[in-house]
Amino acid sequence: MKGLRHALRPSLGFGAVWARNFLVWKKLMIPSLIANFGEPLLYLLAFGYGFGHFVKTMDHLPYLVFLATGIVCSSAMNAASFEALYSAFTRLEMQKTWDAILTAPLEPVDLILGEVSWAATKGLINALAILVVGLVLGLWWGMGMLWVLPVILCMGFAFASLAMIMTVLARSYDFFVYYMILVLTPLLLVSGVFFPLQALPRPVVQVAEWLPLTHAIALIRPLLVGQTPRDIWGNLAVLVAYGVGGYSLATVIATRRLRR
Amino acid sequence: MHGEVSTPAIRVTGLVKRYPDRVAVDELDLEIPRGECFGLLGPNGAGKTTTLRLLLGLTTPTSGAISVLGHSIPSEARAARRRIGVVPQSDNLDPDFSVVENLTVYARYFGLAPREIQARIASLLEFAQLTDRARTNLRELSGGTKRRLTLIRALIHDPELIILDEPTTGLDPHARQHLWDRLGSLRAAGRTLILTTHYMEEAERLCDRVAIMDQGRIRTLGAPRELVERSLPRFVLEIREPVAENLSLDPACYTLERVGALTLVYASRREPLADLVDQMHLNRYIERPTNLEDCFLKLTGRELRE
Repeated sequence: MKGLRHALRPSLGFGAVWARNFLVWKKLMIPSLIANFGEPLLYLLAFGYGFGHFVKTMDHLPYLVFLATGIVCSSAMNAASFEALYSAFTRLEMQKTWDAILTAPLEPVDLILGEVSWAATKGLINALAILVVGLVLGLWWGMGMLWVLPVILCMGFAFASLAMIMTVLARSYDFFVYYMILVLTPLLLVSGVFFPLQALPRPVVQVAEWLPLTHAIALIRPLLVGQTPRDIWGNLAVLVAYGVGGYSLATVIATRRLRR
Repeated sequence: MHGEVSTPAIRVTGLVKRYPDRVAVDELDLEIPRGECFGLLGPNGAGKTTTLRLLLGLTTPTSGAISVLGHSIPSEARAARRRIGVVPQSDNLDPDFSVVENLTVYARYFGLAPREIQARIASLLEFAQLTDRARTNLRELSGGTKRRLTLIRALIHDPELIILDEPTTGLDPHARQHLWDRLGSLRAAGRTLILTTHYMEEAERLCDRVAIMDQGRIRTLGAPRELVERSLPRFVLEIREPVAENLSLDPACYTLERVGALTLVYASRREPLADLVDQMHLNRYIERPTNLEDCFLKLTGRELRE
């Protein structure tokens, strides 16, 4: 394990990994934005207007606002997860980009940090698109819009880190389908994106209270509608714990895989 | 250039890399002085690539000591890799980028300043005759051009040591000649080069010394010509037609070897081989000096490896 200690101290080199991914994104910005932003927008408009016609308010908010604040979170979650799953795996296995990076003075610990922080940024970019739509539709306005940005980055980091654990364990893309179906989709349904958590059976709520998306929504929804979240530090602590825990585990597994 | 010119580029003692199913590198000792072009030869699975990965700190040794440019590996691998350029076996250039973008992005991994990067790229493009392809997208480049780009990518941070894993595999003769020429000029500029190759001609041409590796060990090491002379007589007659099973030759003069349908007769001078051609009325034969390939096959055996 003496060999591992030096390998687990991150360096500033992760910024170069982030910058590489940003440059690729910049080149393919338009198709990427349309793909990642089109789907949540459709959900928002269809459910918001369609469903909202029958359900006027939810949890004391107009349904469109309730849903839109949830979709800001779910689109950040999806974008960060996708980037850390499919795109990162392409760089690991198909393009061998990681091999090239690791012959420079970077270690897996830097590489994973760069990848995860890029995926978090990608989550922020996509959430930002929904934030702008909400602004145009007059759903929100004010300082809360600025406060949610670091929170979105934080939740993006958490989801990217969790997804990265899958990526560094994966042997093929097929593996990710399980993660999507068994982790992301249930999260989306029980964390309060479409309806308040309290509607669910007690045991489900008890589980949901430990899930990262629940805590992200508990922060972002009140901030966007101009309220103060009830438990800011508690919510943040859970997101940070998922982020740091996920990143550390992903790094240990990545180091074992890449340095064997 | 850094201060410790007296330390060799590479010093490896008792290096072992063991995987659960095999021993990739087995008690390797190796010293490579600065400025040398060193070739690592051996059949597939001999441990060449694992050895290179160990030198770069890309994998942790099971036991043994590695020092590269005075840095202890793997604990100081980051510092060492700042001074090493790597040309990997398989292409890992960025397909989404142009030639210049590939170089720029890679330079950032070394923390080079933007202005420094620009100047460096201009001179490297010239070095590889790629100046007119600077903005070309990677997907439009041929295999040979990509290889040239991979070489200059490895030189982006002006490394003292350059490690090349099968740099010319799959290249056409023109591209190979060009790469050899470029490697020659790097060597002339005092860089240390370590390369693996399956082309014995390449090794004889480029390398000051070569080591032939098999099953994780170095079987022999020395200047290419010296290795040939040490292990084989100077000339060989390759007979490509059936030869009587009971052919017997004077062992003081000839050495006989049979490989499938091929019969090889070695001798230290040309004349006895010419005599043999006359005596046996041979039609399909080649008489030539022995080379590194003969030596390689003799040491590693002629049976096909998986």
